[in-house]
Formats: sequence, structure tokens, C-alpha cells
Amino acid sequence: MSTTSTPSSTPPGPSGFELDRGALSHLAGAQVNVELDTGDMILNLGPQHPATHGTLRLVVRLDGERVVSADPVIGYMHRGYEKLSEFRTYPQVTTLINRIDWLSSFANEVPFLEAAEKLMDVEPPPRAKYIRTILTELSRIATFVLFLGEMGLQVGALTPAFYGFRDREHVLNLIEAATGGRFHPNFNRIGGLKDDLPWGWIAECRSAMKIVLDACDTFEDLVLNNEIFEARCRGIGIIPAEVGLSYGVSGSNLRASGVDWDLRRDGEPYLVYPDLDFKVWTHTDGDSWARYWVRLQETRESARMVLQCLDAMPAGPIMAKVPRIIKVPEGEVWVETENPLGQMGYYVISKGATGPFRVKIRSASFSNVSILPWLLKGVFVPDVITILASLYFILGDIDR
Amino acid sequence: MPDDAPASETETAEVETPAPDAPEPAALSPNQEELLARLTSGLGDALIESTAVFSDVVARVRPDAWRRAAELARDELDCDYLSFIAGIDWSPAPKEGDADSSDTSSPAQPSEMTFGAAGSAGRFQVFAHVQSPRRKWGLTFKADVDEADPRVESWCDVYPGADWHERECWEMFGFVFDGHPSLRRLFLPANFEGHPLRKDFPLLARLVKPWPGLVDVEGMPDVGEEMSEDSDAATTDASATDAAATGEETA
Repeated sequence: MSTTSTPSSTPPGPSGFELDRGALSHLAGAQVNVELDTGDMILNLGPQHPATHGTLRLVVRLDGERVVSADPVIGYMHRGYEKLSEFRTYPQVTTLINRIDWLSSFANEVPFLEAAEKLMDVEPPPRAKYIRTILTELSRIATFVLFLGEMGLQVGALTPAFYGFRDREHVLNLIEAATGGRFHPNFNRIGGLKDDLPWGWIAECRSAMKIVLDACDTFEDLVLNNEIFEARCRGIGIIPAEVGLSYGVSGSNLRASGVDWDLRRDGEPYLVYPDLDFKVWTHTDGDSWARYWVRLQETRESARMVLQCLDAMPAGPIMAKVPRIIKVPEGEVWVETENPLGQMGYYVISKGATGPFRVKIRSASFSNVSILPWLLKGVFVPDVITILASLYFILGDIDR
Repeated sequence: MPDDAPASETETAEVETPAPDAPEPAALSPNQEELLARLTSGLGDALIESTAVFSDVVARVRPDAWRRAAELARDELDCDYLSFIAGIDWSPAPKEGDADSSDTSSPAQPSEMTFGAAGSAGRFQVFAHVQSPRRKWGLTFKADVDEADPRVESWCDVYPGADWHERECWEMFGFVFDGHPSLRRLFLPANFEGHPLRKDFPLLARLVKPWPGLVDVEGMPDVGEEMSEDSDAATTDASATDAAATGEETA
């Protein structure tokens, strides 16, 4: 330390050797740059961070403002649905799986019901399929409209969040009017639906879809094309297609990376999607902005799909003929659907009893979030929030 | 078993089961034919059995070829997308309480061990689903896991996304994934004992109080005859609604 200090006339310092102000300041500079060991800082983001829908804890190791490594800690909302399903009958399980991704509960029910219906060889009547499709798309719209607003909030724009909540309300009102539940409809039955649509619902739905399409225009002007938003999101959190695939990232997140894959179109045909005319939107950038863009287009596409369904909806019964006591024949089946957050699948194993023997729940957010340790390496702290928001996950969908 | 409604059983017998133990007719699409052909030639005798289950292909591989199956799927079947890895415990679910009661607390399962598609050598199996968005196909791999020493190779090198799935499987079933970078708990608290998804792990909530349990700590208010009837019917509510709808349709 004292090698560079030159003898001078200044009085001796407290530690005994002579001080030269010039040399000292040089030393101080050298110390900061070279000798002072800047240890990594460990920062806990969460468990109650508002950028997460639920309780996600992110342990990030920081070197200055840069993330060295990130370790998501999940499980705060683990409710053990796979175990609980083994202790319930098939109709009771829908109550549980409603609460996996609680923003789009109806869409959660569909693959499980499809699985049970496949094993039982029951096919719901066409009208039931149409109503299911409409409600699935409505829950997609509800999820995405909230995202479109809330993503603005995460990067510092407060206004879009209120617009998001406001416009989602129209969709939730529709779901409530049809099913009786705003968030947990539990409206599906094996072989059909609990009720038909109420009187006047279809006209109501048409006008709500106009509101949704208008809302999308608003978000496009207000958020997507906003200079600050672009600066915060463009080039941030890029997921290359092959990395996303190997981590099991699915849904809009994967389509924003340029993978043209939508189970509504490419998977095993389900509901009435084969009859609908819709476009699968992809973006080649794979960054946070692309994910926002893809979801915006998909919201519009969903609204158009709902309108198509309303036009084409057939009359008829809403329940197939099913036994009073639901017993599902022995067998196993894998059913996957394109849910708002990505690929949702159930591997249902039945032993011919009234309840499933084993249900593996493959939820989208679990895999979408498992890429975080890879994705967050080397980004700046504010970008962590942008990335978390743009991946868009629901904690219930991670922890199940 | 649904012992409370013999009438409905007879009435709906023809709807119910087309011979449960008969394997599903293997209606393979040309796409799946090609997938199976490639799989068979790639794995050789490491492929024990393969079968079509609805629109999915289930392939059971030898345990020592578990990792090779993943490599083959990724490199030669273009299945670069990992959907999930999970475990199965085929042992029969122990049923507490009276089998003849009408409670739905744990739907009675068969009391002897039976296996699913593509069979199994023992109690434990690990299974995984991989897919190819490009070719629009996918398949489920299964492999037997030794009960005394539950151990399989890790897929982490092949699919980085396997990391969390294997951690989950490890804590839920106790399967050890050789080669996994850090098998740590994912969902459960650090001091948790046992492997919850094993069939012999009891669901504690059902052990400490009978199903459906007391709704409230206080006694139910005395609201007369019809209310209590309602609460009796509550457990079979969903199926009752189904019956009502079916009735309407047939009427």
C-alpha cells in the first residue's frame, strides 16, 4: 500500500506514515478499482414482489447492477393437486384444477374433461363444444387483457394497468353471467356443460368483443408503440427458439421466439378449433417486446374467434348421455391444450374407478419459469422485472 | 365403488365400459407410423414395448437406455421440446374406512397392482413426454425404476428443462436422477419427510377427520328438513346435475 507514496512535508497521518494528498487520492482510486474486492450481493426479490402473480421468490446474485445468477424459489403456493386428485371423484377434480391458473380457470378444466371424455368415449354435443370454445377464448382474453395493462405497470406506466382491469371486467361479467363464477366457473361437466347460455348473452358478448378489440387498439397506441416501453423491452430477455424449446417454454412465449406452434391448430383436434379460421401469430425477435406484441395480436384473434363461434353456434342439447355415477374405464390418456399461458396437459391414468388413479398435471408456467436461471444471467436488475412481467406466469400454475 | 345406485348402473351399463382391459385400437396416423419406425430402429432391443394410446405413442424403454432414449428423441426424432418428466407409483391405493360406505373421500381403486399402457416390471416407473413442434408429433417414454434403489439417469444434459421436473420427481417419488446438477427440494419445505406422491404416503387431511368433514367448527344451524337433505346430496351434487341433464335429454 505504501509503495507509491512519496516522502513529503505533510504531517504524519494517523497510521504513522507521511501523507501526500495527491498520492492519497491516487491510492484511493486504485483501491476502489483494484484492491477493493466488490463481493457479489445477494438480493431476494420477493416472495411478495408485485411483478409476480402470487408468491415467487427470486434469489439473485448481483455484481453491481448485473445479475450473476438467479435462482427462483417456488413452492409457496404448492397445494398438491396431483395428490389431492387421487382422493377425489372425476367431477370433484374440476374444482381443484380450476385453481391452477386462476386467471383462466375455465381453460384449465377443458383438457382434464377432454381426458375423461376420451377414456369414457363420450363426446359432448356440438353446442356444448361451441360454448366451451367461447368460454375458453374468453378466459384467454381476460388473462391477456390484464397482461397488456399490467406489463405497462411493471415498466413504470401506471395508466395501462387500470385500463387492463377495466376492460377485463367486461369479459369477467360475461363469464359470470354464463357460469355464475367470475374466476372459478366450474361450469364443465363430463359430457357437456352445466347450463346453457342465459338469454341475451350472445348480444352482450358481441358488444363486449367490440370493447376488447378497441382495448387492443388502445394498448397498441398507449403501450406497444410507446418510446419508453420500447426502450425498456426491445432486446431484453431474448429467448432463442431452440433454448426455449429445450426448456419446455410454450405458448405465446415460444411463438414470440418464432416457433410457429399452436396446439389449437397443430395439436390433436379439440373443441371446435378445426372449424374456426384463425391466424397463429409469431414474432422473430424473441424479446420482451415481441412477447407483448404476440399476446396483443392473440387477444384480437381470440375476440375474432369468439365472434365466429357466436355466428356459427348450433342449437341443441348441451349434455351428452352420461351415467349418473361417473366411472371412467381403465386406461390412460395424454391430453394437451393451448391454454392462455401455454401448453397445459393432463396425463390421466384410470383404473376404472370413480376417481383417477394418477393425474400428472403439466402446467405451462412451471416450464416457462424454469428458463429464468438461464435467461436472467447477465441482465440488469430493472430488466429482471421486465422479463418476469413479459414471461407472464401465474404462481398457481407453477406450483399447482 | 358406487354402491348407492344399483338402478342407474343397470340403466347405463351399455354406455359405460367397452371392455376395459382390451387395449385401445392402435389407429396410427402415417406421422406416428414413421415416428414408431424411427424409434424402433434407433433404440433396437432397448425398446421393450410400444403402443398407441389414443393420439399418443407410449414407448417403454429399458432403464439403462433412459438417457439414450432422450438423445434419440432429440437428435433423430426432432423432439426438441420437453413437456414433462414425472413418476408413477403403480401400487394399489390403500383405502381407509368402510369400502361399502357411500363416501367419496378416496374413490376405491383396485386392490391388486395393475399396470398401464406398455406395462411395467414393478411398482415404480418414470415417464416423460417429448414433442416436436416442427413435425407435430410427440411421444411418451416410460422406464421401470427399481423399488429398492430408485435410480435413473438424468436428462438434464439433453433437455435443460429437465432440471426442475427431475427435482420435483425426486422429492415427490424419491427417484434419484444420476447426473443431475443439484437435486434440491423444489416445492416442499426443507424438513419435509417422505415422498408425498407415493401411494403409501397418506393424505393427512383425510386421516385426521372423516370426509366430508365438519364444514364449520360450530354446529350447523338448525334449519329444518329440506336443508339437511340438501347437505346430504351435496357430495354427489355434480353427478346429480348430470343425471338431471341426462334425464331432460332422454325425456
